[in-house]
Amino acid sequence: MQCCVCKEKPATVHLTQIVGDKMQKLDLCEECAKAKGINDPTSFAMADLMLGLGASQELDQSAAGAELKCPRCGFSQADFKKSGRLGCPDCYKTFAEGLSGLLKTMHKGTRHIGKAPEALRSARESIDRLKTLQKKLAKAIEGEDYEMAAGLRDEIKLLTAPPAKSR
Amino acid sequence: MKDIHSFLCSPAESTRRQGPHDRIVISSRVRLARNVRGSAFPGWAKKPERVKVFEMIQPAVSSLLDMKDSFFEAMDSFTALDKQILVERHLISREHAAKNVGSGLVLNRDETFCVMINEEDHLRMQALRPGLQLRQAWNAIDAFDTALEKKLDFAFDNELGYLTACPTNLGTGIRVSAMLHLPGCVLDEQINPIIQSVNKLGLAVRGLYGEGTEALGNVFQVSNQMTLGETETVIVERLEKVLAQIIEHEQNARERLLEKKPKVVFNHIGRAYGILANAHSISSKETMNLLSLLKLGVDMNLFPGADRALVDELFLITQPAHLQKQVSDKLSAEERDLIRADMVRERLKGVSRPVARPGAGN
Repeated sequence: MQCCVCKEKPATVHLTQIVGDKMQKLDLCEECAKAKGINDPTSFAMADLMLGLGASQELDQSAAGAELKCPRCGFSQADFKKSGRLGCPDCYKTFAEGLSGLLKTMHKGTRHIGKAPEALRSARESIDRLKTLQKKLAKAIEGEDYEMAAGLRDEIKLLTAPPAKSR
Repeated sequence: MKDIHSFLCSPAESTRRQGPHDRIVISSRVRLARNVRGSAFPGWAKKPERVKVFEMIQPAVSSLLDMKDSFFEAMDSFTALDKQILVERHLISREHAAKNVGSGLVLNRDETFCVMINEEDHLRMQALRPGLQLRQAWNAIDAFDTALEKKLDFAFDNELGYLTACPTNLGTGIRVSAMLHLPGCVLDEQINPIIQSVNKLGLAVRGLYGEGTEALGNVFQVSNQMTLGETETVIVERLEKVLAQIIEHEQNARERLLEKKPKVVFNHIGRAYGILANAHSISSKETMNLLSLLKLGVDMNLFPGADRALVDELFLITQPAHLQKQVSDKLSAEERDLIRADMVRERLKGVSRPVARPGAGN
């Protein structure tokens, strides 16, 4: 059996995982297994066990690769691979690129639509509203419906104006 | 500082709590994961930072109206035995029991709110209710969280929601779960298809003590896994629907067993009683599995006059830490097995052997 990564050397490391009712199999040669951190059970196990096989590789594929470190807390890609957990709230920004694919496979959606802290709720709503208005505006312009566009533009202006009024 | 043992209600009291469908649904729980902005998650933070976060969060939690007369303690102040007792009571996770300096626990008077500080996240706050009360538990923890957010600045991202140490909890940070007693489904060999179909709905089925544990005593925990991209209410409602179906399956399984295979049922329950009432050495695992059958027998009216709470109490007090707590000397596992058997025999003295035909009024 050939290694499924380099497709050259014979596969000596065999991984099997059952996800839902599908079985995933990986056959790797020793070198490729080492490169993926599979022969080191501590670095392989957690992220992949908890987040599904391939989770740690997914992060690696992001632009900065394994060198990426969170400027706030110093947490690195390799640390994530080891623990399957992040270092601090800012890590979600640092590793955003690699995480986005992971979140897609893990959750129903990639955008939070549940509860928000009360203090942020009104800001959150106006951001949402602004986004829909901007989309509508683009459509109106595209459809050369300038009357509609003017109305939308005014609405957007109102929304983005500094809150002078006290409610 | 109050002592946790004088604070916790007695095992007898704790097993007398009642709720809807409590023959099958032991308890409902909703937990929210929260972290404060600007601090590393507990698993990555160094000791001084963890202590700082604990010292900030604990007073904020204790000051909430819901936590009036609450108990709090740092994890390093508990003995290993006390931590294990809290695990057996399902108040803290096994992961939290392994924590020390910089982690802690805040528990309210009637044990309906329990907050773990610096477990995997800065805050794991749970609302606990007996029986099937997911919605009530969600409403309670929602209000709790709203009150707490006025005192703490939670890490929240407009796109991703509440930020958690593990991406699996991201967004709502919610885990809605119920602990179920399903001896009928197990005896009727329906439990595996049920687990599979529940898994297909994106829900997890776990054992008695949560993640990675065995379903001792036919006790299963069902909970959501996905936390991002749906509202809390939708998640709670999905769980409610699935639980209603599991409850129906369990009821049907019990009825079907009595109708189609009464001898099999009576045999299991009779043997369970025989061993429990007569053994002189018994492990914790065997005790739990047999007590589950005894409880099924009580539910099926095979033990007229027997008190169901007695069985529930035995289920709790025969677990290793609770058992150890009742005697002064440190016991080995073998010694525990002897004392456990003595205790169970003694308690079952008042329970006569099962009748071969269930009484009326089931």
